[in-house]
Amino acid sequence: MELFRIKKDIPFMRHALVLNAVSLITFLAAVFFLFSRGLNLSVEFTGGTVMEVAYEQPADLESVRKVVTQLGYADVPVQNFGTSRDVLMRLPVLQGQSSGQQSEAMMAALKAQNPAVSLRRTEFVGPQVGKELLADGLKALAFVIAGIMLYLAVRFEWKYAVSGIIANLHDIIIILGFFAFFQWEFSLAVLAAVLAVLGYSVNESVVIFDRIRETFRRQRKMDPVQVIDHAITSTISRTIITHGSTQIMVLSMLLFGGQTLHHFALALTIGILFGIYSSVFVAAAIAMWLGIKREDLVKTSGKKAGDPEDPHSGAVV
Amino acid sequence: MNRYPLWKYVTIVVALLIATLYTLPNFFGEAPAVQVSSGKATIKVDLSMVSRVEQVLAQQGLAAEAIQFDGNSVKARFASTDLQIKARDAIDHALNTDPTNPGHVVALNLLPRTPAWLQSFGAAPMYLGLDLRGGVHFMLQVDMPGALVKRAEAMAGDVRSALREKNLRAIVRREGQALDIRLRDAESLAASSQLLQTQFNDWVFTESAAEGEFRLTARLKPEGARAIQEQALKQNINTLNNRINELGVAEPVIQQQGQDRIVVQLPGVQDTAKAKDILGRTATLEVRMVEAHGQPGARDYNPARLQEAEQGLVPPGTELIYSTRDGRKEPLLLSREVVFSGENLTGADASIDQQNSSSVVSVTLDGKGGAAMRAVTRDGIKRRMAVVLIEKGRPEVLTAPTIQSELSNRFQITGMNSPQEATDLALLMRAGSLAAPMEIIEERTIGPSLGAENIAKGFNSVIGGFIVIAIFMCVYYMLFGVFSSIALSVNLLLLVAVLSMLQATLTLPGIAAMALALGMAIDSNVLINERIREELRNGAAPQSAIAAGYDHAWDTILDSNITTLIAGVALLAFGTGPVRGFAVVHCIGILTSMFSAVFFSRGLVNLWYGRQKKLKSVSIGTVWKPAASPSQAD
Repeated sequence: MELFRIKKDIPFMRHALVLNAVSLITFLAAVFFLFSRGLNLSVEFTGGTVMEVAYEQPADLESVRKVVTQLGYADVPVQNFGTSRDVLMRLPVLQGQSSGQQSEAMMAALKAQNPAVSLRRTEFVGPQVGKELLADGLKALAFVIAGIMLYLAVRFEWKYAVSGIIANLHDIIIILGFFAFFQWEFSLAVLAAVLAVLGYSVNESVVIFDRIRETFRRQRKMDPVQVIDHAITSTISRTIITHGSTQIMVLSMLLFGGQTLHHFALALTIGILFGIYSSVFVAAAIAMWLGIKREDLVKTSGKKAGDPEDPHSGAVV
Repeated sequence: MNRYPLWKYVTIVVALLIATLYTLPNFFGEAPAVQVSSGKATIKVDLSMVSRVEQVLAQQGLAAEAIQFDGNSVKARFASTDLQIKARDAIDHALNTDPTNPGHVVALNLLPRTPAWLQSFGAAPMYLGLDLRGGVHFMLQVDMPGALVKRAEAMAGDVRSALREKNLRAIVRREGQALDIRLRDAESLAASSQLLQTQFNDWVFTESAAEGEFRLTARLKPEGARAIQEQALKQNINTLNNRINELGVAEPVIQQQGQDRIVVQLPGVQDTAKAKDILGRTATLEVRMVEAHGQPGARDYNPARLQEAEQGLVPPGTELIYSTRDGRKEPLLLSREVVFSGENLTGADASIDQQNSSSVVSVTLDGKGGAAMRAVTRDGIKRRMAVVLIEKGRPEVLTAPTIQSELSNRFQITGMNSPQEATDLALLMRAGSLAAPMEIIEERTIGPSLGAENIAKGFNSVIGGFIVIAIFMCVYYMLFGVFSSIALSVNLLLLVAVLSMLQATLTLPGIAAMALALGMAIDSNVLINERIREELRNGAAPQSAIAAGYDHAWDTILDSNITTLIAGVALLAFGTGPVRGFAVVHCIGILTSMFSAVFFSRGLVNLWYGRQKKLKSVSIGTVWKPAASPSQAD
């Protein structure tokens, strides 16, 4: 079985300009939603109140959820806690309401729905922890960007480093844009997914860059655009298959992983899909605009001088 | 060209054997167990407890699978939960003769059913995080400025007495974390400065004389402040340890996080209100005067009054408490009035008295405690005072020494029988005090059902994805797909083995990272397989195609894994909690994938194809050629 039967190099770069324009628009839209709607940060980042209530009979979680939703809390986890009569919920901080007011309003609403409810306790997650987590997240992001750029610059050349990192930031911003647009909860796990995507997506760009370097060495007659097209064409089959495999895993998480892993898997899905696109059309295209040349690479990497066309291959089957 | 030297095969076999050995414990599951630990700071559980538990179980005819001692507690494993509960009741009954005042915590627990021969290799199952086993997580912030203020308070007292000794008159005031010392004239300023500088090395003194004011400002040196903060954190952890004992938690985790935070994890605990109450208690140590005792020679020797009290006639304002020092039970009638409490205690250390080289406990108090101490000891020479440790709301007299002279904020408790006793007493006194106030800044609770659910979900995700990928690889790449799938399962094996070896905490994000690591690890094999196909397509002979495929793919694999690793390391460095759990597995997964996907899979390929000199074709699925040449299927 072979999925890809490509006769000659696909001229990916022919439409680079149009696709880059599309990328730019998507990117700007993501930035726009990020600023206009903002991220729906989880309790971990914002601080918030956790409530535990007890019923005399096993609690009807659905009706509790309904009450919670009516009060304007979206995506609030409502779960049994310890026994089936106890219900736990986490309320995010609402502007202009103290944690005490929040729990009072919630209790009143729950009492109206079922008078046999009693408040067990309210808990608090300090907002200072959240601020730190956010700061640490940004630090990690900066570290990853700097680290990857440095690596690409040493291993290839600065032009590759710049285009690789732009492509990946493009992915990250689009993931965040999705989370802002749909107001999905942005938790610590999602942050981890976003950073993992950053590493994973660069991986994709690296594979293409590797091929570009190799093609520059082998095919001395090709011009840079042809080299890029050839490199992408010869890796596209691998690209689709590996991303497909990773996506199978992520899909499996989406299906079996439950609520906790849901948004994590969602972030990865968007990251993987845009990762393919951005490596081909953003990273390679920007590298093309930056004017990569054969001389840039052949100079820097002196190893593997041997002719890749191995003379051993006498017998062709 | 596709042959491994023997040592490479040996490496692979050894690695697989070790990995299997360390992965195995995860399959044995957990057995119900009973854990006996100390319920009071005054009682220690040691090796003798093992035989004690054995004896109790033998009497009741209950058979334990294994009984072990792990340094702090004795754990007995049972075949069924029924036996476990019977054993718990039997042990509880035998050890805690007075049910209202239990000395031992006898808790139900789950122990890994790892066989002894595996345990002898140090193999243990992966350590599950709270989100997988259920429990409570607290993060406490230690108020470090508070600790420094407390230290300055104690220092003020020290400075006052030091100056008074030399007849230097001064007004000492604490301002924030510094001390402001005002003196009468320039001479006394110089004298005091000299004196204090030699006596208190940890402090910096700066003189200032202006407009007839002679001032000395004392500040703690940075290294001194750091030492105090470290000590405060240590002491608070110690105190928390003692308090958590009261909860009877099987395996509490109490760890320092960062410079001023403590993480407390209580697996299996559901009653957070009680846990919080116990964690947040301020003082559990009290020093109170003895109103009547039965020891001739000291004041208030009053056996008659004591006897009345023992019969139930306890006078108002007093309390009858038994001291159990040296194993003797001594009744003491104590005043309910507290001279000072654990809050006022700044230090208690075992030391040796220079004069008669006997063991003593040196106690340091803050200014308030010192003043109170001076007030009661001035008129109380030859009276006795009791050091009371309150555990589970139950007071216990640690020691009741006789006051020999007027004391202030530094004094010694003498008459210790051994250095060990002095060390124990100092530890117990410190256990009753928090060095600095703490505040809960984060709290997480996970019910046990949710934990079990999370394990199932994570496990299903990994297995579901794994099976689909393996099927696809086998169909698409034929025999090479089989090799890749085997390599992938080896990756999983290695990953679990390394996690078990490191005893890293596995959380739900960790399981997610495991799934992701497998999804990404297959990338290396796809790269290799595609490369081999491409070489074949370009007309290379099968053997050289395999060799060239692996060689060319290696550079790419290395590059892409390093970039992924950079992201992983960043997560590890800056992440906390769930992110860290994710990052650990992510990083280890990348490293193990390099071994399994490249080194191990090449080994398989070499073993299968390497020896065939006249290899005509390889089973790697359809290799389609753009030219009209016949496709090379197998």
